[in-house]
Amino acid sequence: MGELVLNVNGKPYKVSAPAEESLLSVLRNHLNLTGTKYGCGEGQCGACTVLMDGGATRSCSIPAAAAAGAKITTIEGLEQNGKLTAVQQAFLDEGAFQCGYCTSGMIMSVTALLRDNHAPNEEQILGAMNGNVCRCGTYPRILEAIKRASGHVSGGGAR
Amino acid sequence: MRPHELRMLEREENYGSSAGDSPGSKSQLDRRDFLKFLGGGLLVCLTPLPSWSQESGRTFGSHELPTDIGAWLHIDADGRVKVFTGKVEVGQNIRTSLAQAVAEELRVPFESVAMVMGDTDLVPWDMGTFGSRTTPTMAPQLRSMAVAGRELLVEMAAQRWNTDPSKLIAAAGRVATSDGAKSLTYGELTRGEALVKSVAGDPPLTPATDWKIAGTPVPKANGRDFVTGKHQFPSDIVRPEMIFGAVLRPGSFNATLSSIDTSAAERMPNVKVVHEGEFTGVVADDPFAAERALKSIKAKWNVPDQQGNLGLFEYLKNNPDGKSEGPDHATDAVAQAIAGADVRLETQYTVEYIAHAPLEPRAAVAEWNNGKLTVWTGTQRPFGVRDELMQAFQLPADKVRVLHPDMGSGYGGKHTGEAAIEAARLSKAAGKPVKVVWTREEEFTWAYFRPAGLIEIKAGAHRDGTLVAWEHHNYNSGPAAIGTPYEAASKLIQYHPTKSPLRQGSYRGLAATANHFARESHMDALAHAAQMDPVAFRMKNLSNARLKAVLQAAADKFGWATAKSTPERGYGVACGTDKGGYVATCAEVAVDPTTKQVRIRRVVEAWECGAIVNPDGLRNQMQGAIVQAIGGALFERILFGNGRIQNPLFSKYRVPRFTDTPQIEIVLLDRKDLPSAGAGETGLVGLAPAVGNAIFAATGKRLRSMPMTPDDNKLPT
Repeated sequence: MGELVLNVNGKPYKVSAPAEESLLSVLRNHLNLTGTKYGCGEGQCGACTVLMDGGATRSCSIPAAAAAGAKITTIEGLEQNGKLTAVQQAFLDEGAFQCGYCTSGMIMSVTALLRDNHAPNEEQILGAMNGNVCRCGTYPRILEAIKRASGHVSGGGAR
Repeated sequence: MRPHELRMLEREENYGSSAGDSPGSKSQLDRRDFLKFLGGGLLVCLTPLPSWSQESGRTFGSHELPTDIGAWLHIDADGRVKVFTGKVEVGQNIRTSLAQAVAEELRVPFESVAMVMGDTDLVPWDMGTFGSRTTPTMAPQLRSMAVAGRELLVEMAAQRWNTDPSKLIAAAGRVATSDGAKSLTYGELTRGEALVKSVAGDPPLTPATDWKIAGTPVPKANGRDFVTGKHQFPSDIVRPEMIFGAVLRPGSFNATLSSIDTSAAERMPNVKVVHEGEFTGVVADDPFAAERALKSIKAKWNVPDQQGNLGLFEYLKNNPDGKSEGPDHATDAVAQAIAGADVRLETQYTVEYIAHAPLEPRAAVAEWNNGKLTVWTGTQRPFGVRDELMQAFQLPADKVRVLHPDMGSGYGGKHTGEAAIEAARLSKAAGKPVKVVWTREEEFTWAYFRPAGLIEIKAGAHRDGTLVAWEHHNYNSGPAAIGTPYEAASKLIQYHPTKSPLRQGSYRGLAATANHFARESHMDALAHAAQMDPVAFRMKNLSNARLKAVLQAAADKFGWATAKSTPERGYGVACGTDKGGYVATCAEVAVDPTTKQVRIRRVVEAWECGAIVNPDGLRNQMQGAIVQAIGGALFERILFGNGRIQNPLFSKYRVPRFTDTPQIEIVLLDRKDLPSAGAGETGLVGLAPAVGNAIFAATGKRLRSMPMTPDDNKLPT
């Protein structure tokens, strides 16, 4: 059992957890940040995606200890003062969900994609998103949401 | 689920037969107590029509309800409306569409209606959410109540103003005189009141042509909570003092325990090992510790030899289990008709077991308070899970409450309450609330599967394309949509229940997918054999105007008339009907000339299910159905042998991803003159045969087994 300090959504959290416990488990079960989801435990479905220093990371597949020192952003950390990010707003506007269980991971993956590339082409989108599974099959709408959010990210969500 | 249980569910889902009585409760509801609990106002209870009796209500908390309550609706002093139903939201968007229907009839803004769903202490008894039945059966009940509520509010206003109710207008949550001189909100009318109205009968509903809220693309209720991570799914529930459980699984299906050593786990700090008969589980302060404790348990299992994939379809054919079902036609007549036909085709089709693989696996949080068990869990049947818990712990209905937070879907795969029972057992032993979340491997292994099946079809047609005989036998996969919509003078159609090597159960669309795959592939083969265009051949043998309309609509939108297949590009079509929905699907596939890989490039699907309640939600369902169907059509299959699942992970069991998704175009036919049917399931059934027919059109190769291209999307050699 080790003491860790994790920087999550701009706040430091002291966590007492075994070094091998996954970041996902620590976020969900120690910090009660349940917006990040468990889907497969092997980095195959993307439901657990968070940002580490801005990059999309499968939180089920890295130990929490390896995330100490990084700036971690979860789905709970996107909305600022009641204002959704352009990506969140685009998912809402396109109705890009059914059951919504994959939505957090999808939004985090898109956020990372658009941070690095404001106008990704289709190949880049598929490359960045193919690790995220939606069993309800809302991929067409998620693609529309990505197109809607593209180019709006730096503008702080204006549309 | 045992095979006979599956068949019972299929019958219920197909024919809506009685589910029998919910146990427990006999005494009368004190409806005024219920109203007091809700803080006064107006409570409208629905006395159902006989055909709704299987969904009648039973318990309310510690109160007992009479059998005649189908649903209820409450209007409070602020004019807020709460609607109580046992249906659950699993992504099919009924939280939104049912609220639309109520808002429409009650004449209130959509935003003032809140749905209370799937909480067994608060809602009327309900068989469950499956079979595309919410829209055709629950929505009319809720609408009837809303009409009755509106009429009562108008009467209340008429009494206050001493005027004729027929001169008053209800709109936007108010009752007003026709000149607008007097007006009261619903809240003002119900304030200080404690009224209970029971509604019998069948009040006139607003025709779809006059709908203002129903029939419009209202966005998903609480949609914002899903993009912010605020929505709590069953696996997200946290209770004070809650600890975490994990359950020891047998070494295979049907294994028996030979020896077990839990001493290492018992030595771990803050870990408790729970043994109860065959059940062994652990609880710990965090799931990581519970998992570590579980892994430390040394168990040996006796594993019997069991049927696997190899020889599966012979096994199904040779292991009947119960009486065959189907219309009792003379086999000789069909055989003679086929013998006399110009074009004859006899072949067999197969479908493999597949997994629902909902992205949220089974999960439950259980707690015990003063002998009462409360469980939050993801299930399509909250009352079914309550029954399982009552049986497992020998409790009466009023000592078990099941709550259903809108879950990470089910697709027919969450009818049962395994995780709920496990959490409850561990919580009882630990004396604290316990959360159990199944791992992906557990969900792939210990849930149940869509049945595998063997389908044999013999058919004959005249040279002019007239279908004359049709014989269809389905072994194990199920009877849903087994009847052909095509006209044929001689028919023999039977479903043959068989033993199943794997636990099997409901799946979105049930056997309609397998039966449509076989039938529509066979019809396509007959069309080619008769040298007819596949659309023209179908049209010639159809009389059902609704099915013909979707077929024509899909063909037109797709550009069927000018779509000429080449060896690298194939076009295929399929159509069908089930559960009141009509679907036609056209598919374009590309076949790589060197790798022989198949890719679905474009799908056009036309759909009609009566009056459309929410066109945006419906379009979403149709798009999703097509994407989900791609998995079963092309690559999803469970590999198993000797009682073990060999591909119980997403790295080994391929599901549709972004790159599998074709361009999808949905054509919705809105029949405002027809009652609304459900749309959650039947949108799947056309995809596999349309794709198979397109592959045939390109390559001349007829693929008769689902999945058709399990090996990396390559055409089988």
